[in-house]
Amino acid sequence: MVKDLLVILIASSLVNNVVLSQFLGLCPFLGVSKKTNTATGMGVAVIFVITLASAVAGAIYQYLLVPMDITYLQTIVFILVIAALVQFVEMFLKKFIPALYQSLGVYLPLITTNCAVLGVALTNVQKNYGIVTGIVNGFATAVGFTISIVILAGIREKMVYNDIPESFKGMPIVLVTAGLMAIAFCGFSGLL
Amino acid sequence: MNSAKERLINGIVKENPTFVLMLGMCPTLAVTTSAINGLGMGLTTMVVLALSNVFISLLRGIIPDKVRIPAFIVIIASFVTVVELLLQGFIPFLYEALGIYIPLIVVNCIILGRAEAYAYKNPVLPSLFDGIGMGLGFSAALTCIGAVRELLGAGEIFGIHVMPDSFVPVSIFIMAPGAFFVLAVLTAIQNKVKINGEKKGKDMSKIQSGCNSDCMNCADAGCAHRLYDEKADSGSVEKTEKVTKEDENNG
Repeated sequence: MVKDLLVILIASSLVNNVVLSQFLGLCPFLGVSKKTNTATGMGVAVIFVITLASAVAGAIYQYLLVPMDITYLQTIVFILVIAALVQFVEMFLKKFIPALYQSLGVYLPLITTNCAVLGVALTNVQKNYGIVTGIVNGFATAVGFTISIVILAGIREKMVYNDIPESFKGMPIVLVTAGLMAIAFCGFSGLL
Repeated sequence: MNSAKERLINGIVKENPTFVLMLGMCPTLAVTTSAINGLGMGLTTMVVLALSNVFISLLRGIIPDKVRIPAFIVIIASFVTVVELLLQGFIPFLYEALGIYIPLIVVNCIILGRAEAYAYKNPVLPSLFDGIGMGLGFSAALTCIGAVRELLGAGEIFGIHVMPDSFVPVSIFIMAPGAFFVLAVLTAIQNKVKINGEKKGKDMSKIQSGCNSDCMNCADAGCAHRLYDEKADSGSVEKTEKVTKEDENNG
């Protein structure tokens, strides 16, 4: 059991990295990676939301959709649950843990539209993960996202000083960097 | 402004969702490992887009303004589920190839964007053609990207071997990193066109970099404001205001 969870932890965070090999959550990956500290903030918020969302989505799937035999409604249910959950978390933090809201609050609305959250919930169902395995998978995926966005932000901070061809300024050079990172992450595939 | 032909051309050329607006990049990168996958994804998205546009346009008088985004999402998710089940039943190979990216059509910026910017404000028929036009533009773009990646990465197009035997496939292009490189070149070309156009004094404000440049604003309206066709919309808003005033007078 523990060994299986460890394998999932490594597979989802490094080998099948959510951004660099599955292209989920590209929007924040490219948009919020200008500075290392904002990237870290975004990463932590994503870890928080994805772990919570995979727990809630997993529980709803196991105890509501499967017994009622309406698993084909999973897409609709998951997207609504995730959207409501993010709203709820935002309100909860604002009211009860203002300090955490100060640091994570800005990123929360961004995450509703993040396809990585829905992607994880659907992958968990597709691969027949139980609730615990699903939570571990969600956590690992989010950690993978955080690792890659923080690395990209670090590279972009240094890249400001470089001389880049006019038409490659802005997004194109960031995409080239992401491509090179994806090649580097291909190296992890020998890990399992 | 609302004729069928105009909407189709607008979607395919003038506001091509991929090449001009840079929307829906997740599926664009993920499924374009071959031309046929790109085409399949494009057409699937087109069906969902056309159906959801029609439905949202029909319901535009009923959906309250404050809850329109959740309502759109429910409508879109329902159609995605329908299309997913149909694909599973009738085109299983495409269902296998596209996998998790079919349900993820729900969070595709293009669909929510068109719902918010066009279908919610316009009659049924133009909305239908708007959806078909945008969908065809998306399909064309995905097929092109898929064809380039397949050609360089496997020496084939639509599964038919076209390159000479001496050509050694650069297999990185059908792997994940290749997608980033192809998109990098694409955005570089877009930048170049924009820079050249601005030098000549043309209005290049339509050409966007999607959510890429500024994710913070993007989330406010789920990318929708970027698709805002100001001229058409201000016109239609005035019209509806007039209509409501007339209604009040009549009442």
